[in-house]
Order: sequence, then structure tokens, then C-alpha cells
Amino acid sequence: MAKKLVVIGAGMASGRMLENLGPDWQVTLFNAEPRGNYNRLMLSPVLSGEKTYAEIITHDADWYGAQRIDTRFGETVTKIDRNARVVVSAGGETPYDALVIATGSAPFIIPVPGHKLPGVVTYRDLEDTNTMIAASRPGARAVVIGGGLLGLEAAAGMAARGAEVTVIHLMGHLMERQLDPSAGYLLQKDLERRGIRVHCKGATKAILGNDRVEAVLLEDGTVYPADLVCMAVGIRPETRLANDCGLEVARGVVVNDQMQTSDPAVFALGECVEHDSQLFGLVAPLYDQAKVLAAVLNGETGRFQPVQTATKLKVTGVDLFSAGDFAEAPGREDIVFRDPGRGIYKRLILEGERLIGAVLYGDTADGSWFFDLIKTGKDVSDMRDTLIFGPAFAAGGTKADPLAAVAALPPEAEICGCNGVCKGKIEAAVQGGALTLDAVRAQTKASASCGTCTGLVEKVMALTLGDGFAANANPAMCKCTDHTHEDVRRMIKAGGLKSIPAVMQELGWKTVGGCASCRPALNYYLLADWPLDYRDDRQSRFVNERNHANIQKDGTYSVVPRMWGGVTTPDELRAIADAADKFNVPMVKVTGGQRIDLLGVKKEDLPAMWSDLNAAGMVSGHAYSKGLRTVKTCVGSEFCRFGTQDSTGLGIKLEKLLWGSWTPAKVKLGVSGCPRNCAEATCKDIGVICVDSGYQISVAGAAGMEVKETELLMTVATEAEALEIIAAFTQLYRENARYLHRIYKWVAKVGLDWCKDQMADLTTRRALYDRFLQSQSVYQTDPWAELAERPADWAPMKTISLEAAE
Amino acid sequence: MNAVTQRWIEVGPLADIPPQGARVVRTPAGCIAVFRTATDEVFALNDRCPHKGGPLSEGIVHGASVTCPLHSWVFDLNSGAAQGADVGQVATYPAHVRDGVVYLGLAP
Repeated sequence: MAKKLVVIGAGMASGRMLENLGPDWQVTLFNAEPRGNYNRLMLSPVLSGEKTYAEIITHDADWYGAQRIDTRFGETVTKIDRNARVVVSAGGETPYDALVIATGSAPFIIPVPGHKLPGVVTYRDLEDTNTMIAASRPGARAVVIGGGLLGLEAAAGMAARGAEVTVIHLMGHLMERQLDPSAGYLLQKDLERRGIRVHCKGATKAILGNDRVEAVLLEDGTVYPADLVCMAVGIRPETRLANDCGLEVARGVVVNDQMQTSDPAVFALGECVEHDSQLFGLVAPLYDQAKVLAAVLNGETGRFQPVQTATKLKVTGVDLFSAGDFAEAPGREDIVFRDPGRGIYKRLILEGERLIGAVLYGDTADGSWFFDLIKTGKDVSDMRDTLIFGPAFAAGGTKADPLAAVAALPPEAEICGCNGVCKGKIEAAVQGGALTLDAVRAQTKASASCGTCTGLVEKVMALTLGDGFAANANPAMCKCTDHTHEDVRRMIKAGGLKSIPAVMQELGWKTVGGCASCRPALNYYLLADWPLDYRDDRQSRFVNERNHANIQKDGTYSVVPRMWGGVTTPDELRAIADAADKFNVPMVKVTGGQRIDLLGVKKEDLPAMWSDLNAAGMVSGHAYSKGLRTVKTCVGSEFCRFGTQDSTGLGIKLEKLLWGSWTPAKVKLGVSGCPRNCAEATCKDIGVICVDSGYQISVAGAAGMEVKETELLMTVATEAEALEIIAAFTQLYRENARYLHRIYKWVAKVGLDWCKDQMADLTTRRALYDRFLQSQSVYQTDPWAELAERPADWAPMKTISLEAAE
Repeated sequence: MNAVTQRWIEVGPLADIPPQGARVVRTPAGCIAVFRTATDEVFALNDRCPHKGGPLSEGIVHGASVTCPLHSWVFDLNSGAAQGADVGQVATYPAHVRDGVVYLGLAP
């Protein structure tokens, strides 16, 4: 008599197992979904409209009939009775000699408020797919929570049907388990080109709506209106049946190499199992499991050994491949190739003589070749030099072109910002006979003003002229790139680059994650150029700016509260004294910028000290930042018998206007009430000398390694004009200077006359002033107030005591 | 650093360490910096630069390297060796992540 096999779940794994099963078994197949097996991987093309459901059915009624399988579709198994060897469902009890649990996985739901509202769906089966299809009317708004494989396929599918789709992803880049940040950036760019909005580092706080979903609220306060919300944040093995009947379950149903559970008569298969502490989500290992289980049930030998898997995203027009291991680890080396013009990124990871991982974007043609090298562990040392070019380059290859990023810019890309000269105009001038930089300058005015785009103009000339052009050798930004700081700044603007991975990819960075020299510079350029779009990357900042305090030689920190214009009150002084006592501050010192420095504070005490100083009405003095430090003042006409204007009052107004702004290097101001200059304003970055007729604004002083007197920028009659000009000049500096260049160094490069022209032109000045205020609307916040609320981040992660260590 | 006798100590969730950042674990023998790279690998090194004692945990993490915040020495997180022209070595400890939790291997 035939033995009875009961299978719970008609998914892809059990389907493949049944195909390989011998004729000895009488099979009963249960499925909670009211249908048989179909190719779930193909739900994405169904969602996008490229395929129909009928096309993705793998096993139809005829097939089940031919195999004499008793199908119980739409009938949920509610219980397994292992003693009686029966499963229980609405149709009664079904006995078994062997049982296969193939219940698959269940989508993970983030239990935020509103997650049960109508209109919130997951993405697992045909029902979900049909709900999304119905909701994806042109103009409908959909939000997908989760930027992994599944979430992005859902997003692309709905976008293809005309919905306005926003993807919210918790991590810093999309598909972080399969891709590194560079490839994640290219993927984001491709999706954005399809009209899909991507919000990384976004944590969902709540789903809003009364009767059904209306919007999604993020922790950072962003609200995205939504007619449909798809949660695709991950899956977990569906183990409830196995749990209830007492089988061994860890994260999944635990199986051995023969897919056998802790009960010898019960087997498990697919996404619901855990084998050797590993879970499985991709189809290749599931098919392997299916073949092993079929062999075991057929009485043959079989042994499941998981192999490496590769990932491809099934979104039409997106070429992405990831295989093996691409994490940083001992003894690993990278080979990186970027072609900014074609949006290509390739990264190979080698360990010793072997290829162990590959991430490809834009051109995945060699993916299977690399995957094969990974799986076979072949020695690649012979072809290492040309490995990244794939099998076609067994010998000899091409070299990455440092001019590629410039070549990739379209003709309308603006090269010279001062004079609005685009790339095409420069090319035309060169083709028209302008063979030297001076000739190009004369004809087009490109690089004829501030001159920071000179390197870039030369690169455009070199591309147009070929070998006939010899450019001036400007030093590159750092060892990660051949571009100068000035070129990078221009191309960030011209190319609309809005993230560090974007800059590194489009400008052909030679390293994977930059270095301690270029990362802070890029972070500054991006936040200065795109104040509303870019989000500050704390991990790309030097320690002082990251911790909002100055690190000292012994690893302690100094804390300096702001004293507006150098003016304080008895209450503030008391609060400072109390803080010094409470936190055993070893030294209290008056600074050169007219404020008080508390030195020797332990890192873990910083949040509590900030909190105390905040409570007394004080904010961070930014004594650690490349930003506005202090505005030093004298007492002015309020008290001084020589004072001509209220220099203290102007100093306070200037500090209140400028504080919190990030600049290429630190900025210190001084305001003196008369030419006696008690505030030493004429050696500051920006200094004001008050005179009877108004205010003399001078700039570009220095009193450090170099000592230099300021030079007069402008004399104005009113305080209001002085404030506007100083803010506008600061913005000019923010937009044009090289990172770490103080104002005097930058003015020496661009020329004071050029700065004067910018300030004299009222339209330019107004626009600069407006852009400064726009940036301040984002960045003028007290970091202490924000960070004091997270004291745990400032403490050690763990303290291991003596006892524990013994 | 004896692989045979070392013990694994749970130090906390990986999520508590910012990507391209580090956190400190305090031990009786001094602080250990636990680094997390952009690709979620973890490394543990003595939190003391051999040059002037700078806290490496406060350095900028790039690729599998860290730059000391005091005088910009660069160390390979894999080996603890100083890079470039500088000569120096920082002690390393085994570290790994399992189920989102970071473990540190210490000699008993």
C-alpha cells in the first residue's frame, strides 16, 4: 500500500520537491492560498504589468491531477498531532506517514500606530499584488516602507502603473545587505529617474489616517501623503504550526542535512526552515533543499549543503548584481572600477589569491563569470591586473580615464559659476581657435572672475584639444581622486550631486569610502551647496565637530558656552561656576574670544553639563567648529567716552545672525567702537571699525601662524547694511572657498577686487544674503539641546568589570 | 590573544555603533574601541594610538581603516598596523556580530 505524505504549503520549494518525488507516495497537498503553486519571483512583473498571473502558474490542475495529488487549496491546516500522526484542518483529520512543513515565511510588520489601517499591505502573495495593482491608479500616492529587494520591486511595479511612489528606508543606502554605498547610490539615482522618491535614513513613526491610510509620518517629522502603504521591511519564517506541536524551532524550524526536523517523521522545507543556524530567502538554496528532500523520501541518499547565492533585482532597466561576501575583513583587498559617464560601478573583493565577492552596477554582463570564480575559488593572481574587465580582457586592458567625469558632463553643464559659462561654450571657443587658457578667458569669460574653476576649464580644453594641451598641475584633493578641491566643488553644483556616494561615483573616486581628508571636505561642500537637500553626515566629521566639544591631548574635552558679543550676566556666571564644581572641572579659563572655557571634561559628562548650561539659557559656543566662533567687541558708545557707535550691540546682532553656520574654516569677527580698535578687529577674518559716519567693514585678517591686517571691503552708513554685507560676504566665502582655507587665504586666491564687485552689485549681494538665511533656517540650531537628550551615546558601550573578566 | 583560551563577551547591539563609527568598551586593562564599517563589519582595537595616546574610537573610519583624531596617523583595522610612513602597532581583539549582537573575544 502506498505511504501517505502530507505537504503543508504549495510554494516554490514544495512544488520542486513534488516534481522530484517518486511514485511510492500518496500525496495530500494543503495550501492556505486558494490556488496551487505559481512562481512568486514573477509577482513583480505581474505588479508592473509586464506579465499576467496566468503566465506565472507553474503547476496547474492538470499537473496535480496527473500526479494524483489530492489538493486542498484554500484549506488551512490548524494543528499537527504528532502522536496520532494526523494534521487537522476544516475538512477533518488527515493521517500521514511522513509530513512536510513548507509554510514559507510571513512578512514582518512594524507595529507602529496605524499599521492595521485599511490600505496598509505587505507584499507576499497574489492578493497583495492585486491590492497594489488596484491602488496604483495614475496619480495615486503610494509609500513603500523598506528599500530592500522586495520593497524596491513593489515600488518599481507601482510606479510603472503610474502611481507616485515614495520609498522609505531605515538604512543609509538601498539594499544594504546586497550592495555597498556606491552601488546603492547608483540604484537610488536610477529609481529617482523613474520618478520614485527615495528617503534613506527614514524611520517610520506612525501611519496616519482615520478610516483608512492617509499619510506616513517619519521620526524626523517628514509626512508623506499616501493612498496605499506597502510594508516590505523583511520576512520571518512561518513557524506557528511547528511551534504548536512541539518541534524544535529556533528562528526557523530546525532541520538536519536531510531536511528532517526533531521528529523523524516530520520534514521541513523552504523559507520556514533553519539549517545550521542559517535562514534562506533566495530561491536557489530552496530548490537544492527540495531535491534533497525528494531524494530522502524516495529512499535515496541526499545531503543539503548551502552554496553561495547571487542577487539580481528584477526591475526592468536596472542592472544590478551582487554575490559572495563584500564586507571589510582581515586580509581582503578591493579592485574598484567606475565609469561615471555610463553610470557603471564594479567592485571585486579578493582574499589572498581568490575572488570572494563582487558588486556590479550598470554593467552586469560579467556577473556570472565572477560568480563562477567565487564559487570555484580559482586562483586569480595571474589575471588580477585585468580581472575587473571581465573574461574579454584575458590579456591587456584599458585604464580608467581621469578626465572621464568631465567628459561625462553634458554641454549645458555650468563650468564657470561667476559668469555662467557652460561646457559647450568653452568647447566651441576652443574649436574656434582659443588654444590657451587666456584666450578662452578672453572669449568666454570662463574662469575670468574668481578663478576657482580654472582646473575644470583646463580639463574641458584638454578633452577638446586632445594631447595638444598641457594643463597647469594643480594638486589633487587627496589620494582618493585626481580632481582639485575647486573642480570637485564646481562639479557638485554642475552635476547636481547631493550625497557623498554620488560625488565619489560621478567623479570616479579611486577608493571605496574616501579618507579622513576628503570625507569632511565633501560633507562640508554638500551641506553648503545643498542646505535643504543634503543631510549632514556626522561620521564624516572630525572628532570635535562630531562631539561638539574640543578634544584635548588626554582625550578629555573642553566646553565653551556662547557669550553673545562677549557679554554675560551674573546668572550665567553662576551656572558656569556650578557646572565647573559639579563636574570637577580641572581648569576654568577665559578665552581670547571673550568667553569662558571649561577644560578637562570627561566625554560621558558632556551631555549632563550641556543640559545644565542649557537650563541657564546658554547654547553651544561652537568653539570647536569650522564655523562662526566669536564676535569680539569693545564696550562702544554705551559706556566708552570715545565710542562712536554701539559696537557691543552690533557684535551681539552679528553673532545672533551668523551663529551655527558651517564655513570652510573657522570664522572670527571683531567689532571696535572707534579707530582705537580695542576689540582688535583688524586682525580678524571679518572686522568692523565704527566711525562717526558709519561702519568700516574689512576682511581677510589673520593672527595665527601668519599675521595679517584686514583690508577694507566697504564702508556703509547703517547697521542694517553692515549686517547684510557681512552675511553676504560670509556666504560668498562658504560657496567658493576650499575646505580648511581661512578667509585670508581664499581672498588671496580670488582677489579682493572680485569680492568687492560681488558686494557692490545689489542683486548678487541680496541673493547671497537670502541663500545664507536659507541655510541658517536649517543649520542654526543648538547642538547641545539636541544631543543632551541622548546621554547613552556618550558613555562607553559596556564596562567589563574585574570579576566578569576573571 | 590566545585563540584557544579566549572567551566571547557580549558587548551590545550592533545598532548602538554608528556605521563608519566606533564605541568604547571599558575593561580593567584599558579601553577597547569597537569599530563598525560601512559594510557592517566589526573590529576591535586598543583605544590608544601608539603615537601620543589618542582615542582611536574618535577617528574617522574609512574603508577598513581609521585615522587617529589627534595627529592623523592611519591604522588598518584588520591588523592594527600603522599605514604609510608611520611605524606603530595597535593591539587587536577578535570581534564578530551574531544576530545583531556584537561579541568581543578576550583572554580570560
